[in-house]
Amino acid sequence: MSTEPTFIPLDAIRRAPVPDPANAPTEDIRELLFDLEDAGELIVQRVPEPYVEVMTKYGRMKKIPLDKTWHHKSCGQCGHIPGYSTSIFWLNRQFGMSYDDPTDQTSCTAWNYYASATSNAVAQAAVASRNFAAAYATGFYPMIHCGTSYGHYKETRAELVHHPELRRKVRDIMAKLNKPLIVPEEIVHYSEWIHVMRDKIAERQVRDFSSITASIHPACHYYKLVTEDAIYDPDIYGGQRTATVTGLVEAVGSTVGDYSTFFDCCGFGFRHILVQRDFSRSFATQRKIEIMKEEANPDVVITHDTGCVTTLDKSQFAAKAHQRNVGVPVLSDAQFAALAMGAHPYRVVQLHWHATDYTALLEKMGIDWEQSWAEFESDLKRIESGEIEYLSWEDADA
Amino acid sequence: MSTMAPPMPFTADRGATLAPNSYVDVPYEEKLRLWEEVKSDDRFPDYLYGCYDCGICVAACPSAKYYDFSPRKIAQAAAREDVELIYEQMNDDVWNCSQCFSCNRCPRQNSPGGLITLLREVSVKNGLASAKDALEGYGRVVYKIMTTGTQISPDMLQPDAFPDWGPDVEKTSDNLDLWRRALPPETLHTTETSWVVSDETLIELYLIWLHSDVMDIIKEADEGLHMIILDVMEETLEDAGYEV
Ligand code: SF4
Ligand code: SF4
Repeated sequence: MSTEPTFIPLDAIRRAPVPDPANAPTEDIRELLFDLEDAGELIVQRVPEPYVEVMTKYGRMKKIPLDKTWHHKSCGQCGHIPGYSTSIFWLNRQFGMSYDDPTDQTSCTAWNYYASATSNAVAQAAVASRNFAAAYATGFYPMIHCGTSYGHYKETRAELVHHPELRRKVRDIMAKLNKPLIVPEEIVHYSEWIHVMRDKIAERQVRDFSSITASIHPACHYYKLVTEDAIYDPDIYGGQRTATVTGLVEAVGSTVGDYSTFFDCCGFGFRHILVQRDFSRSFATQRKIEIMKEEANPDVVITHDTGCVTTLDKSQFAAKAHQRNVGVPVLSDAQFAALAMGAHPYRVVQLHWHATDYTALLEKMGIDWEQSWAEFESDLKRIESGEIEYLSWEDADA
Repeated sequence: MSTMAPPMPFTADRGATLAPNSYVDVPYEEKLRLWEEVKSDDRFPDYLYGCYDCGICVAACPSAKYYDFSPRKIAQAAAREDVELIYEQMNDDVWNCSQCFSCNRCPRQNSPGGLITLLREVSVKNGLASAKDALEGYGRVVYKIMTTGTQISPDMLQPDAFPDWGPDVEKTSDNLDLWRRALPPETLHTTETSWVVSDETLIELYLIWLHSDVMDIIKEADEGLHMIILDVMEETLEDAGYEV
């Protein structure tokens, strides 16, 4: 039974009460934001309707917008796993949601903050505020693709709220850009949108995923960096772990393959994945993939962050060369949802950018991957011959 | 070793250090100055509230499993203000941290990972040799973020940079331009950046770097890199009518 975790005693879960927001150990940052807005210090961008309210870790409710979203893209998704972002956009299009895919957007630049320490709190808050102001100007609401950007923006928001001097410095910089200081009412991760859309995704499902076992890797920067506004649900893991990602896997009828190192990170490490990759490879394979294989033998790992997909997927090649017990494809929840709803594995989900062999997974999903690849190759020929310049959304759904 | 007694408000054992004297050539006053810089950061009070020495952070820490590294030691050194040990950590341990923030589950509400962010920033800002070593080979990443506004660009996928990721990297790199054009979102047809970033956006990003002391940090870390980034920024800003 996928909703019953193996590693937390069920009695303990049943005893765990639904958290009472009145007793939350942390402040409600939104109230402080509104106070600052009343004092004329900043503007709070409100979550537009329609939205869905979901419970977060300490029992508070969080608004997740459904429509009119401004997509804060992720360097790693767009650069190295572009099927990740493409699947997010494809899902929005399938549901007729309007979205903005802006060019007036930079990365959160947290690479320079967490990896090399070549930035500082003022610069990071100014980059965040610039992106928020760009979204505000369009009237669309920021939806953050990257787990790190999401966590970092929550961290930045708390710093802006608590440090008047930082606010002043950032406001001064924003004034030089002719922009106001804007902070969104909620910082929303795309996987939260998928979470609240999961039943609608299941309604539109055209492929049977009931024979698939998926192990979940929750992204550290989604629920550890700033803990309180990640989604938790008493019906998923008894509310003891974040419900995001697992909720989708259950909704599309797959089995959740639980394993004992669920809470471990993926090994990404920022600087490690680039300049100290022996650590990333060892951690990803020995602490995650091999444990999953031994304890749950999943068909796929599903996660919700760029760095996690990259590290867990790419690290397996070298481990395999050493005859380690690896070989599980890694997808994002967006890619998994898109495949469930019938997306093309190459035109939309862009699986050719992934490293670990995913063909057995596609076969289990009932997808003739050889035919799909042949279709995609014919697209590539059309581009090469000049017949079309780019693959369009219409081509992707042809 | 300095003769000056270190101030240690959190411990009765004044003058005690757990550092094995590996940086004896650096005066105590200099180590103290760097520590005071860490403590003066606005974020510091949010990252350290004392330490139970319980080791919960170590149990959660991925880097502790593969390196001689401990977030408990980082928090303990900071709580005891063991200036010698902190200096040693700034020169070595801090670069092993994965910045995953698993240690935020600390029952004392500390963030050893956050402390490490600050220790790293101060070591880079002050041009510590070990920070320069740690950042070696990293200049391209810093350059990419600061000049293009994105990182992990598609053209970074080169087989010589990622030989351990298998033959697919070469296939991707050989087909890069074609495969990028086979992406339906119009913003993703790029190879040198992760997506299309507008010129006006870049100008605003450069103004942020110029007005937030970030360029001083880069200068301390790598003077050559600083010059290259500044050139790119100046040219763009001057073309757009800004005086730099
Ligand atoms: S942030 Fe650093 S110290 Fe904390 S758990 Fe992660 S690797 Fe360990
Ligand atoms: S930092 Fe926190 S978790 Fe780590 S040893 Fe100290 S009190 Fe325990």
